[in-house]
Amino acid sequence: MSRQGPSQFVRPSIAALIALVVAMLALSACAGSSSATATATVVARTSIATPNESTGAAQQLQPGSITVFAAASLTDSFADIGKAFSAAHAGVDVTYNFGGSPTLRTQLEQGARADVLALADQANMQAALDAKLVVDAGTIFATNRLVIIAPAANPGGVNAPIDLAKPGLKLVLALDGVPAGTYARQSFAKMATDPAFGAGFTDAVLANVVSEEPNVKGVVTKVQLGEADAGVVYVTDVTPGVAADVHTVAIPEAVNSTAEYPIAVTRTASRTDLADAFVAFVASAEGQSIVRKYGFLSLR
Amino acid sequence: MTGSGPVDRVGRRRANIGLAAVFTLPALLCVAFLGVPLAALAWRGFGSGEFADNVTTSLVLDSLRLSAITSTITLAVAIIAGTPLAYLLATRRFPGKAAVDLLLDLPIVLPPTVAGVALLVALGRRGVAGRPLDAAGIDIAFTTTAVVLAQLFVSAPFYIRTAKAGFESIEPVYEGIASTLGASPLRTFFTVTLPLAWPSLVAGAILCWARALSELGATLIFAGNLQGSTRTMPLAIISAFESGKSIDVPIALSLILVGAAAVLLLLLRVLARGTPMRV
Repeated sequence: MSRQGPSQFVRPSIAALIALVVAMLALSACAGSSSATATATVVARTSIATPNESTGAAQQLQPGSITVFAAASLTDSFADIGKAFSAAHAGVDVTYNFGGSPTLRTQLEQGARADVLALADQANMQAALDAKLVVDAGTIFATNRLVIIAPAANPGGVNAPIDLAKPGLKLVLALDGVPAGTYARQSFAKMATDPAFGAGFTDAVLANVVSEEPNVKGVVTKVQLGEADAGVVYVTDVTPGVAADVHTVAIPEAVNSTAEYPIAVTRTASRTDLADAFVAFVASAEGQSIVRKYGFLSLR
Repeated sequence: MTGSGPVDRVGRRRANIGLAAVFTLPALLCVAFLGVPLAALAWRGFGSGEFADNVTTSLVLDSLRLSAITSTITLAVAIIAGTPLAYLLATRRFPGKAAVDLLLDLPIVLPPTVAGVALLVALGRRGVAGRPLDAAGIDIAFTTTAVVLAQLFVSAPFYIRTAKAGFESIEPVYEGIASTLGASPLRTFFTVTLPLAWPSLVAGAILCWARALSELGATLIFAGNLQGSTRTMPLAIISAFESGKSIDVPIALSLILVGAAAVLLLLLRVLARGTPMRV
């Protein structure tokens, strides 16, 4: 006789098999969740739309839908723009795929379908153009600036950019290559040319990095939770919800980096008329006022 | 009625040709589904001609070393701490046993990101247990220790569950005989119970190790991502992918991980063969 419980019928080989199946499920769940973090897909649909009087002058577009690949930092503003665009054009839907700029470019390279590409830096757009993914280098529709954030309690005593070089400070940046990470490193390089910071500034700051996040939102979260002493993010990342949890330290204009957001129509666009109209809408007075509302510097 | 040892399923069912014919197509589809992506990885990785350049970068070498060290420590801790728990769960009744069973199942079915958040609110600087640790000058977040803890949380249940099933399958009569022959309980455990449960323990160790090696979500959230201290192979892959480096680098990294996993799985299977029962 063997021990209690129904599992007495389970021989080791069967148990191992079951565990293996469970493991496979768990591993696939892991892969699924990580890709979901990398590119959250948000669908903005306004099926019942009324033509907007102010943009009524725009040409009448046939109903349809377009897919916009947009940088993660545009998540909130572009969701709004999509609603306004659909409101202005009855029967036109906008579907978004938000993610890090390099990831979006890689996805397009690997055959993902999109009509419009909006990124957080020109380098990735240029790479997309070189790979013949977009019809042109696009137009800059917004700019963004960097800011230093620390937990509200400010355990690292970060009150000026030079404090980022304090020995032992726990600094979190976005990965080099992710626009927010690249811009932050460019800003440090500018600071290092200023005698007030000293030539060793960049090395001292980079020695304090405890984590390089795959996207800028990861930087915000680590600082917001108080795990890190400081992080460098976009001004637009300090949303009203985040502002309550963080202490913000401005980076002076002279040593700040300007993030430029280009938008372009892809070569695989199935409805170029809709794609062109969307790009034009982002650049229009209405689109620019939405972009400004979320803290970006508009071009108008 | 049970525990009659391994059954020769292949021999007994050989006559059933009709069923095998019906099952062949779905079985082949399944194999193709699992095999094609890995074959594509190999095709692209070795086809680029730069595989050697891609794998000798410090990003790859540092992450490979870190993955090897952390997953081995994780496995060792899981075996040392998990074997007694697995044995008790298989052989004793105690209050709260159902709750412990549930606790062991949860990390298996939950997304690893949940594990990361849970570890953060427990052991992070402002966490329930992390705050007093922080006050004592012990910081866990952003360290290699955090990587091991993240791996342990998601992978130890795989070992414990499989080991428990192994202990449950042993006929108590063998332990009884050893005992009547005068062996101490501890000696019985090590000379009778453990060898009988060995195939399950090895199978559990394989699953645990593989899961620890592939751990990404919990590590990224709880331990962070820094070359040399917390950037394991899966994090190196996501980092190379997200930073927009040529896709050849993530492909090369993935191939190494696939290769390393395959080699160790085969090795452990060979080890398990030299025992009374086969896995």
